[in-house]
Amino acid sequence: MSSIKSLMQPHRIVLMALFAAFVLWCALSLRWDWIPKYAPLALEGLWTTIWILVVTTVLGFFLAIPLGLAQAIGPWYLSAPARVFCTVIRGTPLLLQIWLLYYGLGSLFPQFPWIRSSELWPYLRQAWPYAVLALTLSYAGYEGEVMRGAFSGVAKGQLEAAKSFGMPRVTMFRRIWLPQAIRNVLPTLGGETILQLKATPLVATITVVEIYAVSSRVRSDTFIVYEPLLLLALAYMVIAGLIGLAFKRFENQVPGRR
Amino acid sequence: MTLKTILATGLTLATVTAGAAQADQVKIGIAAEPYPPFASLDSSGTWVGWEVEVIDAVCAAAKLDCVLTPVAWDGIIPSLTGQQIDAIMASMSITEERLKTIDFSNPYYNTPAVIAADKAMDIAPTPEGLAGKIIGIQASTIHQAYAQEYFKDSEIRVYQTQDEANQDLFAGRIDATQADSIAMADFVGTESGSCCEIKGAVANDISILGRGVGAATRKGDAELQAALNAGIATILADGTHEAITARYFNASIYSE
Amino acid sequence: MELILEWLGMTESAALLSLSAPGWGANLLRGLANSLQIALGAFGMGLVIGLFGAYGKLYGGPILRDLLAIYTTVIRAVPELVLILILYYVGTDLINKASGLLGYGRVEISGVVAGIWVLGIVQGAYATEILRGAIQAVPPGQIEAARAYGMPTLMTMRRVTIPAMMAFATPGLANLWLIATKDTALLAVVGFNELTLETKQAASSTRAYFTFFLAAGGLYLMVTLCSGAVFSRIEKWARRGQPSLKEAST
Repeated sequence: MSSIKSLMQPHRIVLMALFAAFVLWCALSLRWDWIPKYAPLALEGLWTTIWILVVTTVLGFFLAIPLGLAQAIGPWYLSAPARVFCTVIRGTPLLLQIWLLYYGLGSLFPQFPWIRSSELWPYLRQAWPYAVLALTLSYAGYEGEVMRGAFSGVAKGQLEAAKSFGMPRVTMFRRIWLPQAIRNVLPTLGGETILQLKATPLVATITVVEIYAVSSRVRSDTFIVYEPLLLLALAYMVIAGLIGLAFKRFENQVPGRR
Repeated sequence: MTLKTILATGLTLATVTAGAAQADQVKIGIAAEPYPPFASLDSSGTWVGWEVEVIDAVCAAAKLDCVLTPVAWDGIIPSLTGQQIDAIMASMSITEERLKTIDFSNPYYNTPAVIAADKAMDIAPTPEGLAGKIIGIQASTIHQAYAQEYFKDSEIRVYQTQDEANQDLFAGRIDATQADSIAMADFVGTESGSCCEIKGAVANDISILGRGVGAATRKGDAELQAALNAGIATILADGTHEAITARYFNASIYSE
Repeated sequence: MELILEWLGMTESAALLSLSAPGWGANLLRGLANSLQIALGAFGMGLVIGLFGAYGKLYGGPILRDLLAIYTTVIRAVPELVLILILYYVGTDLINKASGLLGYGRVEISGVVAGIWVLGIVQGAYATEILRGAIQAVPPGQIEAARAYGMPTLMTMRRVTIPAMMAFATPGLANLWLIATKDTALLAVVGFNELTLETKQAASSTRAYFTFFLAAGGLYLMVTLCSGAVFSRIEKWARRGQPSLKEAST
């Protein structure tokens, strides 16, 4: 109720009226006749965006756990490579990483003819494995750094208590350390996932047909520039909003520390 | 941030640097990608190629003060209509679809569209011959429009630049690519293009493939269009066009 | 034998990366200079927008606050690549139309300027949030004390708020600067010849993809590491005289 009340302030009503007028103006004076023709393609693109986002965040997160752990408590021969990996991923543009993976690896294929007769070749020919790999590594790089802090942030007393109960190390990690570290990173996860969503359009540059690529297709087919871009921005805003809401609910269900 | 503030900031920023650029310069948009032998960046950072020389010759003949402005091919028409550039001379074919949005000068070259593919592959440049194959094409080109219209049984992969499609043809990720005959002839002559050969020209469809390559201008910019037409006519008449062509190719690439 | 081959391979890469004509090193460095120029400009513009935005969000009227909330929410939810395209095409078009209406005629917008203002607007949204958080972290007593002495608003800002919030803002701003340097790569998609596009052009002209992409990665990494060192000095300086805190959140 209070949220509705807060919307009923006079200046907000004026703003909303202005916004409605803007939407109406967009609907009436811009060109939207291309939508029916491209709607199926756009839905496919949306689906591609979403599955790439989900797969890469999940895989990236699982990769981030050992990366964070190695940096937090690992011996130097584990922590040093993990730190270098995170620094390199975070220090170079994702676009460059994607191009290096896709075109760099692609340039090696002709030198090794056996690749083309291997079982993997049908996948190596596609663009999405490279997209998934690049985005997964990127997410792991950023989240690994966060996980390092999360692992170090777990109160030492709890670990000592577990040890004094004679809990085996693996159980201790699984039951106490990992759940608490994950709870520590929960507030950042939503934000990181939205950042990952915002990174997905880059894979369009290696021929993956996700929602951004569909908008480019509309632009190149019909020469309509602004309308597909505006709709695309709206689509991303909606997805980002849904991610934010989902994580907020998820966070509320997990008992907090405060 | 209100629209007004955005505008004001942009205007101030823009006017700060406006002093450097003269208003009567004509910005000729070219595609910011290697497209040999027409236009490519050499290692010293200058653009070279047949089309670059033609641009210079046309501008000299029309007494225009031209600057080459590289723009992403995929956004080159929005850049023109958005006034970031004044003309496009980037091997852009004159087609009905494009004429709805922009104007064109008279053509200054005309070449067929061909299919290039792996030498070992038995591929015919027809819808049947390409059925089930993966075709790579560059976004926003006549070839994309053509492939989408005719090669409905093939998988079409869209690249930002033709060079990326060539690279993937070399890597074997795509089976074939459709592109301009001269650009393809150049590619199969290079080391990485040695994998492949031209399988032949696709059946012409003038409504999609257009009637030659012209210089694009904004709708209503009749003055620049006339100047470019005059420049093109001059270099065709006085042998400059022929002389440039002779330095790159064995045969003429211009036909009425 | 293998060693010699490897050595030969390296000489080939070295020749490709050499700074004089047959090598493409000079192109990469020019791209790097362009990238840094845009990153610096955009970061600066972002700071200015961010400072005004933060003040607007904290002390502005309800309308300004709502507008700023819309600005920061929208910018932070939409991918930079999409924003760049929208601002690049729509923005320059609008500027030209506006200046046409005002009777100035066409405004020449160089690629660098377009890049700066496009990325600057994006940076501004993030800077607004960072600086707002930093200003809020300044003990209110300090600002109240300045007011009690009758210090004018601007002087309070210059003498009290900004120096005091520097320590809280630096980690976030350091992060933002790194984002700025990396976001310049996105301008490659609109055809601006910054480091990533120069690299791609060099790589596809020579087919030496690994050599050039790795070299460019090295350059970006160098920028990142150097800025890291610079910012940690700035942070140390901003924190002088303060009790050591645990890492401020970014």
